[in-house]
Amino acid sequence: MAKAVPLNDVLITGDYNYEQVEEAIGRLILQPKLHKTAWWLFLLGGLGGAGMMAVSICWLLYQGIGIWGNNVPVAWAFDIVNFVWWIGIGHAGTLISAILLLLKQQWRNSINRFAEAMTIFAVMCAGLYPLLHTGRPWVALFWLFPYPNIMGMMPQFRSALEWDVFAVSTYFTISLVFWFMGLIPDFASLRDRATNKLGKIAYGILSLGWRGSNQHWHRYEQANLLLAGLSTPLVLSVHTIVSYDFAISQVPGWNVTVFPPYFVAGAVFAGFAMVMNFLIPVRAYYGLKDLVTMRHIDWMCKVLLATGLIVFYGYILEVFYALYSGNVYEMRLLDQRLHGYYAWSYWALIFCNGIVPQLFWIPRMRKNLVVVWLVSLVVGVGMWLERFVIIPLSLTNNYLPSSNKPYYPTFWDFAMFFGTIGFFTMLMMLFLRFLPAINIFEMKDLVHRIHRGTSKIEPTVANQNQGAEPVAVGADR
Amino acid sequence: MSATHTSSNMNAYGPNLGTGTWAVVAEFDSPEKLVSAAEAARRAGFKKMDAYSPFPIHGLSDAIGFRDMKVPFSVFAGGLTGGAFGYGLQFYVHVLDYPMNVGGKPLVSLPSMIPITYECTILFAGLTAFFSMLAYNRLPKPYHSIFNTPGFERATQDRFFLAIEKEDPQFDPEKTAQFLRELDALNVSEVEA
Repeated sequence: MAKAVPLNDVLITGDYNYEQVEEAIGRLILQPKLHKTAWWLFLLGGLGGAGMMAVSICWLLYQGIGIWGNNVPVAWAFDIVNFVWWIGIGHAGTLISAILLLLKQQWRNSINRFAEAMTIFAVMCAGLYPLLHTGRPWVALFWLFPYPNIMGMMPQFRSALEWDVFAVSTYFTISLVFWFMGLIPDFASLRDRATNKLGKIAYGILSLGWRGSNQHWHRYEQANLLLAGLSTPLVLSVHTIVSYDFAISQVPGWNVTVFPPYFVAGAVFAGFAMVMNFLIPVRAYYGLKDLVTMRHIDWMCKVLLATGLIVFYGYILEVFYALYSGNVYEMRLLDQRLHGYYAWSYWALIFCNGIVPQLFWIPRMRKNLVVVWLVSLVVGVGMWLERFVIIPLSLTNNYLPSSNKPYYPTFWDFAMFFGTIGFFTMLMMLFLRFLPAINIFEMKDLVHRIHRGTSKIEPTVANQNQGAEPVAVGADR
Repeated sequence: MSATHTSSNMNAYGPNLGTGTWAVVAEFDSPEKLVSAAEAARRAGFKKMDAYSPFPIHGLSDAIGFRDMKVPFSVFAGGLTGGAFGYGLQFYVHVLDYPMNVGGKPLVSLPSMIPITYECTILFAGLTAFFSMLAYNRLPKPYHSIFNTPGFERATQDRFFLAIEKEDPQFDPEKTAQFLRELDALNVSEVEA
């Protein structure tokens, strides 16, 4: 539980009332003119990327996965690297919306909607990879899902890959439901605020006739809390199961018990980095600085630092396990990581995930948005490299000498990867345009608590310094 | 959303729709006033009432005297069903339908069945949470009499409403409205069904 510390910058800077909160968030949707050139550029760029992804998928389905660099021994390559990377990015959303809700961290209110949207879009990108990796997804239906069919085929439930199917599809479903449920009251707000007929009808349908009745809120809060409670073990289980794909095998470098916690921490690490990569420009561009305050950025940087340290501890343990095991293959893999053909990727990984985030120990760095944004970007790259180091490195340093040949991605590997990034960007831009980027009703609740003074964080700006100059950000130091 | 405050028996919607009073609705400008008004109404003996607010207000359910645990119990049942389904599915496939000896391992290799049992538990419980919330709330419901209240569009913005319904045994259009007016309401209106 958070201590009641007096802060000079708070969850909401400035003295907002309900109407202003609504206006600040709702105008992104109800005033299309706010979305200027930059939004269009990102949307069109994202659309271009999505187009590249579509072409890439069509060519793949026509030609087969031979167009990718995957080959024995590296049967898992860019596709699985990207799958794990994307699904990890999604985890920050669930962490913010579920775990921080259970821990009563009210600062999550301003960023949870945004992070949840990211979760859903990231899981959509992630889900494409294993499906396409099967080569013929329409046939994969029979052995991925327990679909009763005339051939009598059923999935092998003892396989970690099958656990993955259940984990990822459950994760996507529950995240979507949780997200939509959070949106219902906000859709009702937008329905009542919309000035044009189309908006009234569209948001009216989406709001399901929500009328803010106390009985409804009562059950809504129960369901919300339960969903948060269910999502928390879910998010931990999803990346744990993803790590089982590796950890229950015998490949050198994969068969380590540290994988589940280290994967989960890495997921949150990458996810928070992605949240900041998107949120920092958005809050600046759309004037949401009062709702997503420097305090939020500061906290997110601290989460990034903490999870980064866990991940770094994982890297150290991997070295330790290799040495302590006395297993010649494990030690050879370690040697390959440190000095081998792919050593550049290992050292780049240590630099990106181990060294650069340490900047966040310095409070001044957490306040410099350019630094925060760049560090987040570096972390995103680092987490991609982590999966790269895990997958092709181990697969090219196996038990058989015949495995020792390098792996090279092809043009289509990159096209698919950058294509999904474009697809993700496009969805985020559409999200900003059509859905409330910040949870309206939770922010109103927060305003209410701040005005009553029952918020855990003492609202010094909102109550005591009314009308005064906003105090310098982070002046508590 | 404009309400005409006439009580003729016939209108454009037919003989029964849109006629007669549904409730008396008071509008407040703060959650505190709404909670104290709800408490006063409960003490005065009103039972059929509901409050409408832009965000959940803690303590309002107690003030109104509304208790409901259907969602949590449904979710529990959903979770149990999901767990049984997940385990049962694997048991059926690997033991009954198509027993297959893999490396001499037992057919019921319990540890390997845990992840899917667990995921199914969460999937079923989570979906139950969402759909039971909607079902008990009778949503989606595009039309409701409360929407006839003048200025009700602000119930999702910054106003707080308390409706005492005609179904209540103590309901009397005049007296109930007078009662609500005394509770520091901004305005009180009689709303048609």
